[in-house]
Amino acid sequence: MKRTPSKTVLVIGGGIAGMEAAARLRQLGLQPILVEKSDHLGGHVADWHKLFPDMSEAAALVEKGAAALDGVDVRLSTEILFVNRLRSLYNVMLSSGSNVQCGAIVVATGFSLFPAEKKEEYGYGIYDHVITNADLEKWFNTGEDPRVTDDVRKVGFVHCVGSRDLKAGNTECSKVCCITAIKQAIEMKEHFPEAEIYCFYMDLRLFGKRYEDYYIKAQRDYGIHFIRGRVSEVGENIEGKVVVKAEDTLSGRPVKVTLDLLVLMAGIIRNPDPLPYDRRGRIPPKQRQSRGHHRI
Amino acid sequence: MIYKGKQKIWSDYQKEIPSDHWFYVRSCIRQSFFPASEVHFVKIMREVLGKDLYETPHHTTCGGIAYHSDTIPQETAMTIVARQFALMKEAGYKNLVTSCITSFGNYVEIIETWREFPELETRIREHLWKACKREFDVPEYVAHASDLVYKFRNEIAEKAQYRLVDKDTGEPLHIVEHIGCHYSKMFPHKGVGGAEYPCVLSGMAEAWGGNVIDYPERRHCCGFGFRQYLVKANRGYSVSNTHKKFESMEPYHPDAIITNCPGCPYFLDRWQYVISEMNGKTYGQDGHGIPVLTYEELAGLVLGYDPWDLGLQIHQVGLEPLLDKMGIPYDPKKKYLGLNEKDIMKPGLPRHLKCC
Repeated sequence: MKRTPSKTVLVIGGGIAGMEAAARLRQLGLQPILVEKSDHLGGHVADWHKLFPDMSEAAALVEKGAAALDGVDVRLSTEILFVNRLRSLYNVMLSSGSNVQCGAIVVATGFSLFPAEKKEEYGYGIYDHVITNADLEKWFNTGEDPRVTDDVRKVGFVHCVGSRDLKAGNTECSKVCCITAIKQAIEMKEHFPEAEIYCFYMDLRLFGKRYEDYYIKAQRDYGIHFIRGRVSEVGENIEGKVVVKAEDTLSGRPVKVTLDLLVLMAGIIRNPDPLPYDRRGRIPPKQRQSRGHHRI
Repeated sequence: MIYKGKQKIWSDYQKEIPSDHWFYVRSCIRQSFFPASEVHFVKIMREVLGKDLYETPHHTTCGGIAYHSDTIPQETAMTIVARQFALMKEAGYKNLVTSCITSFGNYVEIIETWREFPELETRIREHLWKACKREFDVPEYVAHASDLVYKFRNEIAEKAQYRLVDKDTGEPLHIVEHIGCHYSKMFPHKGVGGAEYPCVLSGMAEAWGGNVIDYPERRHCCGFGFRQYLVKANRGYSVSNTHKKFESMEPYHPDAIITNCPGCPYFLDRWQYVISEMNGKTYGQDGHGIPVLTYEELAGLVLGYDPWDLGLQIHQVGLEPLLDKMGIPYDPKKKYLGLNEKDIMKPGLPRHLKCC
């Protein structure tokens, strides 16, 4: 296909958002190039097991998204070295050594998960049975993680780990953590029907369609306990079980529970914007580019 | 427990501790509670490690206990602290080392407050000048005395006569460490190892051969908590905190507790007697309690100082089971003989807690 620079759109990031954007641009008759730094498409969803609120398979969504990329120039294991502005186009140098001229750039670089070990009081990386939401999804997919034992009877989920947290340097809400915790709690209950499951939350931000129903279902059909209050500290007892102290702000009392597994809902941190904007919010033209390469 | 995870956190919270030339400020209450601890810290620093440690008789309270008890405002505490800094400046020292954890927290809090609000520091300089015509410099380094013992823990281990090891089995002793709240809970970067997993005491215990226990209520308050004890009506709350800690550590069968705060060793020691009188329960072996030591006392023991010279007879919980395990000789007849063999009188014995 002969490429027309003014109709070419560079999409940075091959996660679900980038895949969807590229597919729609193609449908509109444009010529998208999808650039992904890893060797596969799907971003975080590719590592997930099932999705809220309908428990659809994450892998199926990625497959469906990839199938819709017919006609899109997909470049995996490729990074952006630098971007500069020409008269009416953008000039982009890729790590593969090729050069792309395009009329527009879509930034879909997504997010990183908050490093849960920074919340030292929760003991991630210290105590044997403390994992993150991402670790749990890997376990759902592979069944392999020595921290999740076969005889799990009590599980806790800590919401807002490193999100809405001034002290942790991230005041933003992750938006999807609450509903993800509910999804994971239900999934755990399906794996371990006898288990008691506790969710420790500040407040539940369930804004999406059918999310509230999902929350009610978690309580009514799965018996999941929701405790409004922050976890203050986590320890380990002599049997290696996780001891969690929290405050139940509805009953106004401290609570202490001993768990077989504690899941930290690591919050979302927006990835830094990869483009070298100037003070007016524009990408500078080539001749004014003086800070060297911008690896993205 | 993933030990490497703790090591990673410890590596993030290492503070710079100069190795020599310190201006030492003692505690108001430690000399009553544990009379030989500070003396032996000075002895170890000067005589064993050959360090320059300066003291002045003009030093007073730091005002921390009154500040935390809500009886003086912070500006008053600041002016008192400014005077200590002036004494240090007059003596030609730049490194301050405190015996008391509350003092350490007080000094650190005040310096950080001045850093955030320089106009307050200026006002305190005026107060100090009006009060006593003195001027001060902010110390270059502030350390707690346990930071220094931690820094020289390996040198102490090299000179050790005894180790924290059961002499019969060769097994490491089980050591509980309890850190004073004002050490690093307010400013994690000011403490060795941070606030959640401080290693200032565990580092000593491990260097001297012990095995440190991490039990669920490790971070819980010792029971002092200022108003928990100072307000008489709250004392039940104080003892219930201590009780909670002992119930939590009991399954690990600790051989000793090591502390770095004035209040913690006192309450962890004395409340064991109270708990035994209240419900007949003791937490050590065969009706004994769990010995509670300051880090100076423990350093003194491993270096071979006489247990009674270290003031261990002043403790409520008898130290003899620990001394026997470590193989440290002692003369029971001299337990209640003070300086120049003066009889300091044998105390009455509790009903349940075995004390010798």
